[in-house]
Amino acid sequence: MAEVIKSLLIIIGLLGVILAMAAGLIWLERRLLALWQDRVGPNRVGPFGLLQILADIIKIVMKEDWIPPFADKPVFVIAPAITVTTMLMSFAIVVFAPGITVVDLGIGVLFFLAMSSLGVYSLVLGGWSSNNKYSLLGGLRAAAQMLSYELFVGLSLMGVVMLAGSFNVWDIVEAQRHLWFCVPQIVGLCIFFIAGLAETHRLPLDLPEADNELVAGYHSEYSGMKFGLFFLGEYIGITLISALITTFFFGGWLGPWLPGIVWFFIKTMAFIVGFIALRASLPRPRYDQLMSFAWKLVLPLALLNLIVTGGILLART
Amino acid sequence: MFSLIRTVWVVLLHAFRRRATIQYPDQKPRMRPRWRGRIVLSRDPDGGERCVACYLCAVACPVGCIALQSNQDETGRRYPEFFRINFSRCIFCGYCEEACPTYAIQLTTDYEMSEYQRQNLVYEKEDLLIDGQGKYPGYNYYRVAGVSIGGKDKGESDEEYPPVDLHTLMP
Repeated sequence: MAEVIKSLLIIIGLLGVILAMAAGLIWLERRLLALWQDRVGPNRVGPFGLLQILADIIKIVMKEDWIPPFADKPVFVIAPAITVTTMLMSFAIVVFAPGITVVDLGIGVLFFLAMSSLGVYSLVLGGWSSNNKYSLLGGLRAAAQMLSYELFVGLSLMGVVMLAGSFNVWDIVEAQRHLWFCVPQIVGLCIFFIAGLAETHRLPLDLPEADNELVAGYHSEYSGMKFGLFFLGEYIGITLISALITTFFFGGWLGPWLPGIVWFFIKTMAFIVGFIALRASLPRPRYDQLMSFAWKLVLPLALLNLIVTGGILLART
Repeated sequence: MFSLIRTVWVVLLHAFRRRATIQYPDQKPRMRPRWRGRIVLSRDPDGGERCVACYLCAVACPVGCIALQSNQDETGRRYPEFFRINFSRCIFCGYCEEACPTYAIQLTTDYEMSEYQRQNLVYEKEDLLIDGQGKYPGYNYYRVAGVSIGGKDKGESDEEYPPVDLHTLMP
């Protein structure tokens, strides 16, 4: 009984923290983008504009939740929920600190890969059910981009899995006690970072949205809280990818002096800020550039990384 | 690849630049003297209205937001009976100022004219008329124009010769 209550508490706590993080990230991103664009950013509502989050939430909840008459209604309604659900499900395997995790899955990495693959449906179905050519184009792009980069998320993690000898997230972090995997797996880290960017369709690689080409891409027809869910899913996705980079390559909660959860938070925040910095600076590639980059550069690199890692491991034993 | 990293670095360095934002209600922007803001009607150095109600501003106005009615006082001096500018239509183009032959209508640097009710944006003559001379101090139209009004006959303006009797101009 105590076990059940403990995991329930962890789940509720995590849910609260992650949703608050995702909302807070909107404020953080706006402030940071402003910082790098010689502006000030939202600073009016509350101290440092922190209550801007609340204002944004109130605004988006109050907005008319409109379903276009030409849309495929049931699919249109379900689509935004999928992205949030899968992203939140992925958090189940993340070990934030010793003892603070939802499930200790033996196949944690595979579970994350499966969940992030499912997330593609949200974008594709959203774009498809909108019955709008721009949405459809966005959905098509999302399908191709995310299926391509899904591969590299998996391939780049295989090096880590090889080194740790386990799919279990806990074991992977424990294996980094002496050396973080960002050193032996630097190529894997770069690939995972880029693929994570594509998976969360963040700005340098936000071709499914591509505001200046496709209005708003797959969520052109969405309004109100349904759009809010897509938005939320994106920010949860950033948090997730940052948390996973921390876990797989930067030793998760490991670190001197401070408690594990604090280290985890600091590292995750660093990568989130990195994501935002990339958004502030890099232009969006053309679609064929994105695809040729994936298949002609990243795929051989990922495979090479895999072979070299495997070779070295074999030579050692 | 190098250029991408350099781009990120340059963008990060922007964090230490001076902010371009003017935080408006706390911090007012410095307006240039030729800023085309709120429209006023000015007075001449003697305190009389400069406006002679010639309608040129109303004609020049591309959105037709100026309405006025001319009148004459007992000395023959023209003045607007009413002068109305609908600022909800005004585009602050400054054409009225350009058209004005007497420097009466002028655009100033004031820009804080927001209202909650559209009707409040209709300015009547008493809202427009200021006590000062605006941008052209010392200018008095009737002191340089060759028209006769009460107290000043033809030929009595500044740098004006007395009128010539045509009958004396014999060949």
